Amino acid sequence: MADAKKMTIILHSGDLDKVSSALILGTGALSMGMNVSIYFTFFGLQRLKKGKLAAGGLSKMNFLGLGKWMMSRKMRKARVESLDTLMKDFKDLGGKIIACEMTMGVMGICKDDLDQTIVDECGAVGTYLKEAMDSTINLFI
Amino acid sequence: MRKVDCLGKTCPKPLIEARKAMRDAEPGETIEIVGDHGASKKEIPMAVELLGHELLGIEEANGVWTIRIRKK
Repeated sequence: MADAKKMTIILHSGDLDKVSSALILGTGALSMGMNVSIYFTFFGLQRLKKGKLAAGGLSKMNFLGLGKWMMSRKMRKARVESLDTLMKDFKDLGGKIIACEMTMGVMGICKDDLDQTIVDECGAVGTYLKEAMDSTINLFI
Repeated sequence: MRKVDCLGKTCPKPLIEARKAMRDAEPGETIEIVGDHGASKKEIPMAVELLGHELLGIEEANGVWTIRIRKK
């Protein structure tokens, strides 16, 4: 759709619950016919490393991982989709994933560390701004 | 006709599966989505309208709903 509305998300956090929110919102918006891009930066960028998408703890009440374990159990019981499934759907519906190049430099992460099946583009603030300029919904998570 | 089973699936999966079916169907094809997630019963018709397809009907019995769509 040429006149599709657009959503941009800055994912600054690598916490499990926040990555989950970003992907649920992203897949939801794609399902409603919007274009979506998620810009992974700072702690969020860690989640783009191979096999690390669900490696984050909880943003609150993590209790050294016990909270995460309990929350993951509850989410499975409530049949919430895994982050890997949500990411697969996000990509399948045409969602775009951008990795922050500046964070890569700061944290010593190189392109080969990132899951190339997920990442569409590496870019800096200008790349994000170009995406966000014509977006109707912009979120910072 | 294309059938999508979303029984037992929760947000946002029924919406995602509805979107994929609307994308993959041929123009004029009917899509039938069955599920039991309450909010999706309201939200799938919203997506149908936004995407410009035709909502043929919504039925519900014993907590299980069926939404029928025709792809434009």
